[in-house]
Amino acid sequence: MNYSASELMTINSARLLRDHDVVFVGVGLPNLACNLAQRTHAPNLLMIYEAGVIGARPARLPLSIGDPTLVSGAAAVCSMYEIFTLYLQRGNVDVGFLGGAQIDQFGNINVTVIGDYNHPKVRLPGSGGSMEIAAWANRCYIITPHQLRRFPARVDFHTSAGFLDGGDARAKTGVRGAGPQAVVTNLGILKPDANGELVLAALHPGCSFEQAQANTGWALKQAETMEVTPAPAEEDLRILREELDPQRIYI
Amino acid sequence: MTKLTTLSEAIRQYVHDGDCVFAAGFTHLIPFAAGHEIIRQGRKNLVLARATPDLIYDQMVAAGCARKIIFSYIGNPGVGSLRIVRQEIEAGRLEWEEYSHFSMISRLQAGAAGLPFIPMNQTAATDLEKANPQYKRVVDPYSGREVIVVPPLNPDVAIVHVQRCDASGNAQIWGIIGEQKEAAFAARHVILTAEEIVDEEVIRSDPNRTVIPGFIVDAVCHVPYCAHPSYTQGYYDRDNPFYLAWDKISETPEAVKAYLDEWVYGVKDREEYWQKLGEETRKRLEVAPRISSPVNYGQY
Repeated sequence: MNYSASELMTINSARLLRDHDVVFVGVGLPNLACNLAQRTHAPNLLMIYEAGVIGARPARLPLSIGDPTLVSGAAAVCSMYEIFTLYLQRGNVDVGFLGGAQIDQFGNINVTVIGDYNHPKVRLPGSGGSMEIAAWANRCYIITPHQLRRFPARVDFHTSAGFLDGGDARAKTGVRGAGPQAVVTNLGILKPDANGELVLAALHPGCSFEQAQANTGWALKQAETMEVTPAPAEEDLRILREELDPQRIYI
Repeated sequence: MTKLTTLSEAIRQYVHDGDCVFAAGFTHLIPFAAGHEIIRQGRKNLVLARATPDLIYDQMVAAGCARKIIFSYIGNPGVGSLRIVRQEIEAGRLEWEEYSHFSMISRLQAGAAGLPFIPMNQTAATDLEKANPQYKRVVDPYSGREVIVVPPLNPDVAIVHVQRCDASGNAQIWGIIGEQKEAAFAARHVILTAEEIVDEEVIRSDPNRTVIPGFIVDAVCHVPYCAHPSYTQGYYDRDNPFYLAWDKISETPEAVKAYLDEWVYGVKDREEYWQKLGEETRKRLEVAPRISSPVNYGQY
């Protein structure tokens, strides 16, 4: 069966969601993953969008985080201050999705700058909601293509906390969320080990450990039980292609 | 008391060189017409504050209006990089002050609430805190643990676009309500732009929907389609193709200058701009009605 890297990452991300999860959704692949999960194994998924929309039922593909389709038919709308306090800081969000220009060995994320902060080589968009989502959502999932430049051993700038330097460094800060629980790439899935280090936990069909290592900036370990992810189901691909993103904007 | 005036008069009166300006709206209701009028009037050295500078500040920076930008996400939402702001920062030509969304909005909340600072829980990510000295830590006197604090943001002027308001500035918004209320209460002056100016009785028929009370408003301007290429919920759609087009336009200074010449300096006001957009674009942005069920306030 033919499928794109984006479809593969979306479908594998959808599988990580549980029914009744409250998810802080971002546009692009996270939005597709959540809507796919909601139409398959997680019908009671509650989708919250950073713009302040709770229980969204988007009738069309949202093209920005504040797309009007998110509001029409939603359960509630609130201010930005409320979405970050009543929902996220208070601990009402189960899952947050994140991306990043750089993700390091301990799941720390950089979306701020490449090079020196005050004299940036490449200025990236910055945190947006990423800093607080990474800290306060119960579980975080990261979706990103597996490329060497995206997986350095250390990020240039800690925009959002993973497990910091590993060990109990994150726990010691007292932040409420459990941190990154999986990084879904086009080659497989990385998960934190007991020390908070991202290790290869699964490979997608036809992908190899060598490929993953060649695209990772640290000596990649394998999880004790390495899995191969099931190939995307035909029905999942149909929903993505026919219902969710018929113009193939993100997939 | 009527505060009705033209947008050009409101900008002349309440936006001065060097001011801190907050053009409100998280993706929704961004007052582009006001940004364009500021450009036309040639304001300089502004401090532009918004969580997401969006294309409105990219254009104002391109036109030379800004000295500094205060932000929490400099991307072209849904598209990618916000090229001009990014280039100016990389080149060291634009000062910047950076937050996360939550700390940016907390600053506005503190400003709106008259607080000296506002606390937030720690996030374990400390690099931005180190880079921006406005972030501080204080000890929570109850638990003894440290919390992060930021100071209030009190812009000189907030510009807020709304679906409808009356002539004295009692304003109603629906859809994404971002930070409009906080911006209005935090600012020293408030300029409202509205899709519709309605009778006071319309506002009073649904007081729960009023986000900004007229007594904190300085100027009320009737500016239909003010938000394009952003949108007004229920009135017109977001012009996503334009957000993509800007990505291309903003690749070269020549294309940016040509855009500003044609669409900002080359038009007198928003009405002329909207007509110039053409029938096809206007048609594409039309939105079918979806009416809410009325509520009963009761006759007491």
